[in-house]
Amino acid sequence: MDFLRPATWEEALAMKAARPDATPIQGGTDVMVEINLDKGRPAALLDLNPVAELARWSWTAGPAPMLRVGAAVTYARLIAELGGWLPGLAQASRTVGSPQIRNRGTLAGNLGAASPAGDGHPPLLASGALVEAESVRGTRLIPIAEFYTGVKRNALEADELIRAVRVPPAAGPQHFCKVGTRNAMVIAVCSFAVALDVRARRAGTGIGSAAPTPRRAYAAEELLASELDWDGGGALDPALAGEFGERVAAAASPIDDVRGRADYRRHALAVMARRALGWAWADHIASPGGAGPGTERRNEETG
Amino acid sequence: MRVNVSVNGEPMTADDVWEGESLLYVLRERLGLPGAKNACEQGECGSCTVYLDGVTVCACLVAAGQAEGREVVTVEGLSSGGGARRRGGPERKRPDARPGPGADELDEVQRCFVEAGAVQCGFCTPGLVVQAHSLIAGASRVPEDAEIREALAGNLCRCTGYEKILDAVRLAAARALADRGAGDGGAPAGRGR
Repeated sequence: MDFLRPATWEEALAMKAARPDATPIQGGTDVMVEINLDKGRPAALLDLNPVAELARWSWTAGPAPMLRVGAAVTYARLIAELGGWLPGLAQASRTVGSPQIRNRGTLAGNLGAASPAGDGHPPLLASGALVEAESVRGTRLIPIAEFYTGVKRNALEADELIRAVRVPPAAGPQHFCKVGTRNAMVIAVCSFAVALDVRARRAGTGIGSAAPTPRRAYAAEELLASELDWDGGGALDPALAGEFGERVAAAASPIDDVRGRADYRRHALAVMARRALGWAWADHIASPGGAGPGTERRNEETG
Repeated sequence: MRVNVSVNGEPMTADDVWEGESLLYVLRERLGLPGAKNACEQGECGSCTVYLDGVTVCACLVAAGQAEGREVVTVEGLSSGGGARRRGGPERKRPDARPGPGADELDEVQRCFVEAGAVQCGFCTPGLVVQAHSLIAGASRVPEDAEIREALAGNLCRCTGYEKILDAVRLAAARALADRGAGDGGAPAGRGR
């Protein structure tokens, strides 16, 4: 096994181009488990920790700025520094592993591993994130819904690395929920995220751990776009919430496995989706401005 | 490959490190620091918790090469005099040992674990001590039980001695904050999660 240590992003891209068989390692919370338990032995490890720029986040330029979360930003920092703009993602991040894991693990690592159960995926799908993939050949912005191609497989080419994830700031209430056997250290039995964009009258969804890949529930999103009383400040129609839950469940294609049965997952998804929408709508009513925190442009950059 | 890493304030070098090796293996088997324990090797149990550049991590999930040039503090580094020591080598004092506790004196968190009876078989103790140390170091008031449980959620005690462990952390936090002159009514505890 080789251990490659690029000092800069350019070096990292050159190394990945020369060694497409190298496995990138960031927090190590997936890669090292594989090695420790002898489940797989990469030909080379490409350690991205020394590339300092990856640990920064910033705002993209343009009329609709997005948060550009560097590939080395940990879950702990995402919660502490970006939770105001990305509440759904922060909620999901809080359910990742333990404090020790959140101090090392990264969203980009979640995407690289592309496990259908990864906690970061549903809120990224609900928000319409973009994966910034780069190689010596250039940069690609991959829409998140096109990023997942199969169980633990993604759209990255062999010479590409994830440089950042671009996420629109919340334009309304967001919620994430997850079923597991404990309140910590749990791989999702199934999970769900919803994000409302009140001004655009649009809802985003993300389903986790209930299909070969994380996926959106398009029919459920369409239901809310057309049927939700976006202008009214009234309570959520229970029948609409129930139908939303059913459509989310119908969008999943779960399997029976060690963590749960397929029919349980479908049932739990319907319940979670109905409740998450209820919480989001309650948030919306409670803040008559409609827009969630952080819709205005901010210029801070951290490192 | 060779790995250079600062451990408990002392520069150390490990040779013949396999590229897929963990920081935990280097600490225990190459640098003679067996405080961090090897149990699950998958980040589930927290027994190998150490500080890496000031934040707590599972040493089993850090590739040894990733620790190159960085600062590690193990449970040995919390007590004075018990720090960096090569197996069979001469005992060395921690270079950055603050005045106060004498040689081989325990850190407050360790002392509270002893006093509260929070140690049974002891295997989980080093990881819990380091993680509790981190919680208390970042706290501006005595953490609530829910916050302690959250901070320690990734540290498993198979003797299931959690009640005494919570007692120890409450005690250590109260003493540390009293030392710092902070009361119970301060701002919410921030770090450690």
